[in-house]
Amino acid sequence: MSASARPDIARRMGVSRPANASRRVLLWAALAVLAVVAVMAVFPSLIATHDPLRTDVRAALEAPSPAHLFGTDQSGRDVFSRVVYGAGRSVGIGLLATGLALVIGLVVGALSGVAPRAVDATAMRITDVLLAFPEFLVALVVVAILGPGPTNVAIAVTIAAVPVYVRLARVQTRSLALAEHVEAARILGVPRMRAFVRHVVPGVLGSLSVLATIGIGSSILAAAGLSFLGLGPIEPSPEWGLMLSGGRNVLGTAWWIAVFPGVAITLTVVSATIVGRGLRARAEGRG
Amino acid sequence: MRSRSADPVVKPVLIRIAGLAASVVIVLWGAATLAFLAFRVIPGDPVSVMLGPQAQVSEAVKDGIRADLGLDRPPLEQYFSYLWQLLQGNLGESYQLRLPVTEVIGRQLGATVQLTSLALVIAVVLALAVALFARGRVSRGIVAGVELVVLSSPVFWIGILLLSVFAFGLGWFPVSGTRNPATIVLPAITLALPVAALLGQVLRDGIEAAERQPWATTVRARGAGQVRLTAHHTLRHGAAGALTLAAYLVGSLLGGAVLVETVFARPGLGRVTLSAITDRDLPVITGVILFSALVFVVVNLIVELLYPVLDPRLRRIDVRRVREVGA
Repeated sequence: MSASARPDIARRMGVSRPANASRRVLLWAALAVLAVVAVMAVFPSLIATHDPLRTDVRAALEAPSPAHLFGTDQSGRDVFSRVVYGAGRSVGIGLLATGLALVIGLVVGALSGVAPRAVDATAMRITDVLLAFPEFLVALVVVAILGPGPTNVAIAVTIAAVPVYVRLARVQTRSLALAEHVEAARILGVPRMRAFVRHVVPGVLGSLSVLATIGIGSSILAAAGLSFLGLGPIEPSPEWGLMLSGGRNVLGTAWWIAVFPGVAITLTVVSATIVGRGLRARAEGRG
Repeated sequence: MRSRSADPVVKPVLIRIAGLAASVVIVLWGAATLAFLAFRVIPGDPVSVMLGPQAQVSEAVKDGIRADLGLDRPPLEQYFSYLWQLLQGNLGESYQLRLPVTEVIGRQLGATVQLTSLALVIAVVLALAVALFARGRVSRGIVAGVELVVLSSPVFWIGILLLSVFAFGLGWFPVSGTRNPATIVLPAITLALPVAALLGQVLRDGIEAAERQPWATTVRARGAGQVRLTAHHTLRHGAAGALTLAAYLVGSLLGGAVLVETVFARPGLGRVTLSAITDRDLPVITGVILFSALVFVVVNLIVELLYPVLDPRLRRIDVRRVREVGA
């Protein structure tokens, strides 16, 4: 064997992983970001320096300074405090949609996995079609049909997220229903329903949660896109997508209004993805 | 031999084409039916929606409008006349603009087609360049990191950043407008970046998987360099994976166009869609949904036809299967 092939094999076997240390640092950094975002979402007043809604026309469009860390917007509101208060809404909608999508996906997918073939096939065809489109486009179509508004945006983002979970839940249910420990439980006389709930569902839920960690990011992105278009929450609510849309109009004079909420979105989504990938690697035994 | 095998080859191909055509019709019919049902399930009277919340109109006038639009007829009758109209290429009339929907979409289509096709070209070129020239572990790691950040950033924020740096900051490009051809550059790059990142990821995954195959070692042993190995051998594998994503990528271009057109204040299908959503202009929304379904179907059709070109095994398997059937 040539020497160049050897590290390749080693990498495949997971023997030497020099990248592991830096990967761990990245994972901890991502967890730290998510922790800060969580505090911002739950206790915004701990971090914010100003009232996110208080306007002060004399202090409009001020550049970032010690008094206003991220500057002020057109109405003189503190951008830093608005970013902090925006976390609850922007991340909350992503969490809510992902949580709901996970539950719906679990129920539909698990039932589809054990349902008669015709029902299963129909459900899977619909999921296939929905999976062929990016989440944002599906969410946009749903909002187009339901009409604009924060509730409809939440519904739309949830619907857009569901298909992935349905698909995974079905696959997992099918393979777990045939797993040895489930069969053993059945042989020991555990009723079918009980075996399903006690031994199949928890396993499926585990895989879905890993996927959900990554999915939160795309739900946040889809929701922010809809708010940016003005289809979700309305002014003066602090919401990251909406703030970006307000900042777009004064980009020539005040870049900070449209830059910092975007940094917040990107950092949150990148961190959620990194943590999700870490969890997945661990679940697959590669961590 | 050849003349005898021609017939069993032609027949399955015809069957396959018929199957594809049938699936096209079914998807379009499904989308049309879904749109029809959706607008009858949601709450709200279409006529009141159409007139707007402030309109002071008597019930008699509303009934007149309803009769004009055929909304007073039984649902099934409405459904069939709607399908019949669609077959004739008639998507109805916009509530707000008082123009045929086909005209509303047709007028704005050009701008969006220009933007999305330029973005697609940029994305493919970027992804290919990265796949070919990002070789070592370090450069691949950097590329993967950049891709992660781009895919995690809202596309409209990328547009805002490019605008503030290259239009407002450096003044290299105009801020908005349509007359100057240079106005399309920043929007197209904005739209292209996330697509390039996704395409790049898929290409790289396919290429790396192919490089682990024993035959890749054989190619290397014959003295081929990295770039040659990729360009002549492994890229094909990556491309096959990317092709399965074609419809998804077109979907992200369409969805992204709505955001990018808003950021850069460009005309186009995205703006039409957005104002139709905020104005509840149901015929236009239906038209846009049906148009997207059509695009989706056409892209999938092209992909189906391209697979055998890219993957010679598919050509051979077809023939082998045919021979078994013919024997």
